[in-house]
Amino acid sequence: MDTYSALRAFADSWALLALTMFFIGVVVWVFRPGSTPQHRDSANIPFRHEDKPARTGGPDASGATSSKEART
Amino acid sequence: MWDYVKIAVLGVIAVCAAIAANYARDMAYLVHALIVMLVAAGFFIYTLRQMDKPRLAHDGEYLDGVIRAGVIATAFWGVVGFAAGTFIASQLAFPSLNFEWAQGYANFGRLRPLHTSAVIFAFGGNALIATSFYVVQRTSAARLWGGNAAWFVFWGYNLFIILAATGYLLGATQSKEYAEPEWYVDWWLTVVWVVYLAVFFGTILKRKEKHIYVANWFYLSFIVTIAMLHVVNNLSIPVSLFGAKSVQVFAGVQDAMTQWWYGHNAVGFFLTAGFLGMMYYFVPKQAERPVYSYKLSIIHFWALIFLYIWAGPHHLHYTALPDWASTLGMVFSVMLWMPSWGGMINGLMTLSGAWDKLRTDPVIRMMVVSVGFYGMSTFEGPMMSIKAVNSLSHYTDWTIGHVHSGALGWNGMITFGALYFLAPRLWNKERLYSLTLVSWHFWLATIGIVLYAASMWVTGIMEGLMWREVDAQGFLVNSFADTVSAKYPMYVVRAIGGGLYVAGGVIMCYNLWKTATSAPAKKAAAVAAPAE
Repeated sequence: MDTYSALRAFADSWALLALTMFFIGVVVWVFRPGSTPQHRDSANIPFRHEDKPARTGGPDASGATSSKEART
Repeated sequence: MWDYVKIAVLGVIAVCAAIAANYARDMAYLVHALIVMLVAAGFFIYTLRQMDKPRLAHDGEYLDGVIRAGVIATAFWGVVGFAAGTFIASQLAFPSLNFEWAQGYANFGRLRPLHTSAVIFAFGGNALIATSFYVVQRTSAARLWGGNAAWFVFWGYNLFIILAATGYLLGATQSKEYAEPEWYVDWWLTVVWVVYLAVFFGTILKRKEKHIYVANWFYLSFIVTIAMLHVVNNLSIPVSLFGAKSVQVFAGVQDAMTQWWYGHNAVGFFLTAGFLGMMYYFVPKQAERPVYSYKLSIIHFWALIFLYIWAGPHHLHYTALPDWASTLGMVFSVMLWMPSWGGMINGLMTLSGAWDKLRTDPVIRMMVVSVGFYGMSTFEGPMMSIKAVNSLSHYTDWTIGHVHSGALGWNGMITFGALYFLAPRLWNKERLYSLTLVSWHFWLATIGIVLYAASMWVTGIMEGLMWREVDAQGFLVNSFADTVSAKYPMYVVRAIGGGLYVAGGVIMCYNLWKTATSAPAKKAAAVAAPAE
């Protein structure tokens, strides 16, 4: 088989299957039970470090909640 | 040590550029070599003079200087690009504006790529680079990686813009739409882009937040995909090392397909994914509430990434492209409607419970209209990609109207919103200079878009119908010149719409300038406000 036909056959079989499975996997992963608090925490990332980077080591002094604290 | 390397490299570049200018085989190459020589010499002197200055460590704060420069460049290039567009729109309505004394330099054919590159790459690109640097720092809680590499990205990218723009006027083009710059300009952009990727990804790697915020996913996909598209579509062999001309590696329909694979994904990843990164940060920030559904945003991202890359063939319906490929492009374009509207709903619903802000805050109004235009043009696009519709719309002004409702409405408005958000924060001001002027900008831009899109719908559909009209014997009824003269009134309306949009942009520049120079400074934050 020439290269074009081999690649073509691979593209519309295994590659298509792998990409579709990956996408379905993402959807399942997003809606997995118990994930809601985690997503809510992620959605709040823009509201934490407006003015300064987080300090290295230890929680933030400014009182903003780090992702660890929010989940406890 | 690093400074010695820098001045050595800059010196070598300046000398090589001077030699190249001496051997230059054409005008564009000569001018470019001289520009490169001057820029390298300028940075050489600057670096030399900075060598004995003490270096300060800034690890405790964000790198915002480069973002301020990016905001200025975005506003400047925006007005330049809009003005160029309005001028060429007027040239189409009044051909005498193709001045005799400027023939070969400032006629429509030379200025049109100048306009498209100025608005997409100069205005949009600077906006994307500046906002991505702002967003990735704030959502990673980390200073930009790589120190002054971010400044290299800024100056390098703007040098690319200058080289591209001057090249078009002097006739250096590889005649690929939205990829016109010649080989050495492409090589330079590749270098800049790799550094951009390193700065952005390096910042993500040293983030202090556990999760990578969704806006960064969109920005990262934009950077990575543009790198891939740019390299593949610009595979060409220079005719001479001292000349601008190059020859494409691909030929015929392969070249056409590569070009529109590039062209459509430039829309998909430059003008959509990158700007969605903006939407996912600035809309929640301005509305002061988190995005409506974070789960939907993740699905939006992956669905968009998986579908967009296949949509390119819809630019080549009824051509030498095989039927299966153009059908594939059509099907994926229609499927794209779903993630696009998922994203639009996510952006709009972020305001649920805060819709009253629309009355008081013209900045959020801009963002909402922008997301609305995103929804409108991502509905129009899939519809136009259907072969039957495309047989009417292709090669007509409908396409230009569609592009501009997306570019002026979605990309322009979200960028204006982001600039109004950024200016007071970057220059440490209490607020914008004037909200009234923001309202003026909003209405001028919105009315301008409506005039533009409506006139292009009318003229596009009219043109399509006139081209396909045949009489009882099967002869075409209209000549091409008939459609041109029939379009005249709509072309005038379009130019007026563009003029309104430029006026809005000028007002924005004035407002941002006054915000930076004379708005009240932000008061030092109270350490602990007593509870009352």
